[in-house]
Amino acid sequence: MSETDKIQLRRFNSFYGEQPALKEIDLRIQARQIFALLGPARSGKTTLLKNLNRLTDLILSARHTGEIFIDNRDVFSPEVDLPDLRRRVGMVFDLPTPLPLSIFDNVAYGPRLKGITQKSKLEGIVQKALKSAVLWDEVKERLSSSALRLSGGQQQRLCIARVLALEPEIIMLDEPCSGLDPISTASIEESLTRLKKEYTILLVPHNIQQASRVADRVGFFLSGELIEEGAVDQIFTRPRDKRTEDYISGKFG
Amino acid sequence: MLLSRYHTQTAAKTVIWVGAFGTLAVMVWILWQVLREGVPLLHLEFFLDSPRQMGRTGGIFPTIVGTMALTVVAVLIATPLGVGTAVYLREYTREGRVSRLIRFGTDCLAGVPSIIFGLFGFVFFVIFLGLGWSILSGGLTLATMILPTIICTAEEAIKAIPKSYREVSYALGGTRWQTIAKVILPNAIPGIFTGVLLGVGRSVGETAAIILTSGSSFLMPTSLFSPVRTMSIHFYILAREGISMEMAYATGAALILLILIINTVANWLLHRYVRKLEGKGHV
Repeated sequence: MSETDKIQLRRFNSFYGEQPALKEIDLRIQARQIFALLGPARSGKTTLLKNLNRLTDLILSARHTGEIFIDNRDVFSPEVDLPDLRRRVGMVFDLPTPLPLSIFDNVAYGPRLKGITQKSKLEGIVQKALKSAVLWDEVKERLSSSALRLSGGQQQRLCIARVLALEPEIIMLDEPCSGLDPISTASIEESLTRLKKEYTILLVPHNIQQASRVADRVGFFLSGELIEEGAVDQIFTRPRDKRTEDYISGKFG
Repeated sequence: MLLSRYHTQTAAKTVIWVGAFGTLAVMVWILWQVLREGVPLLHLEFFLDSPRQMGRTGGIFPTIVGTMALTVVAVLIATPLGVGTAVYLREYTREGRVSRLIRFGTDCLAGVPSIIFGLFGFVFFVIFLGLGWSILSGGLTLATMILPTIICTAEEAIKAIPKSYREVSYALGGTRWQTIAKVILPNAIPGIFTGVLLGVGRSVGETAAIILTSGSSFLMPTSLFSPVRTMSIHFYILAREGISMEMAYATGAALILLILIINTVANWLLHRYVRKLEGKGHV
């Protein structure tokens, strides 16, 4: 295993009840790049993300075989501190999910859970996170107003800021632009490109073009299998597998 | 075909209107009846004096204090128990034998007539625990009575919280307890409040269970162990024993006003809370 492998999956299988969702996944993802998980619906992309921060623990029927390592540490080891793992592996969901709190309280939610109560410190964290998510200029005048009043695109950037406030190492985004207009999408893509200098980003893009625009590497998933994985140029110009080619050229999906 | 559809529409509309306005009419009529008889007799002294000559003259101050004390004791005991049960049922356990048993128990409790609670309270709190006819015995009895309502409304309130809130809280590094304390309970409070308010209404209006557990002394209570007479019991005794119909109506009117005040204040508090929770300018 090379030093720069941030995430490694070894013969990883995931099930909901008897239904397999991921089959024999072997995958390495390096730090400080955008890795796009491409594939049609129900191909296991979200399941993979939710195993990385063990949100699958909340699903009673979920179980797994195989191993996942982050920084060479076993994610499923009994010694793992779950809140700590989830702080290191932040997740943004497909629909904007602001909590019914003010903008400030949404971003400060995670840091407060971690035990940070000092007001000036929280203010600093919130400001930095909102700036990184390219939302600060739009909301700096009304941090105490309800997050529910923001537009869809602003809410999603708020969710990104909320994750950034925890200073994670990995950020997972599950179709973060699915409900958004092209302008909001562009601003989120712009912030992602900027963020990859510091973070490892896993992105389920909401269409193939988005993957080609922002990703460094791409994995193509189909019915729970990883069909192929490679640099974005290679996947888009010289796919090795016929199914990848068909999907990218729009023959199915 | 068109005609018959039209007629069904009209018939349905009529039934619904009669239902809605029938209910309203009954409510207005009852209120009107009590207030018309009672309000002219309401003076400041009536609220601040003790009953004299068995209630023929004087006021109702001790019964107001008694009503409030019993209600506060009942709510203070039943709310944490009920909310705790609801949180356990929804957040700590899956549907199974234990949760079914708890639900079956609360459903049964909800259907028991209040006089049976009174009997239980008399045997258990008054006699067995030796608390005597007291605010404490009555409050505990009322607490067992309003518990099912509080559990049920709290559970509904927790159930109505979007799944995504939980997921977000866990994903941001929240423990189960942090998630309950910071997301689940704050968002369930408006619903829980409704249940508590129903409990308050039931406590204020209860007579049978109280007579058996708190007695009917109209002396000013001095501690949790004093017997009390609530406004409803005062009303009942005045009317039942033929002591004074006027004073009964006046007490009834005061009782209705008290409930109106409690509801108004509660709604105002709730509104303020929701605004504060969600930040300024809530949609």
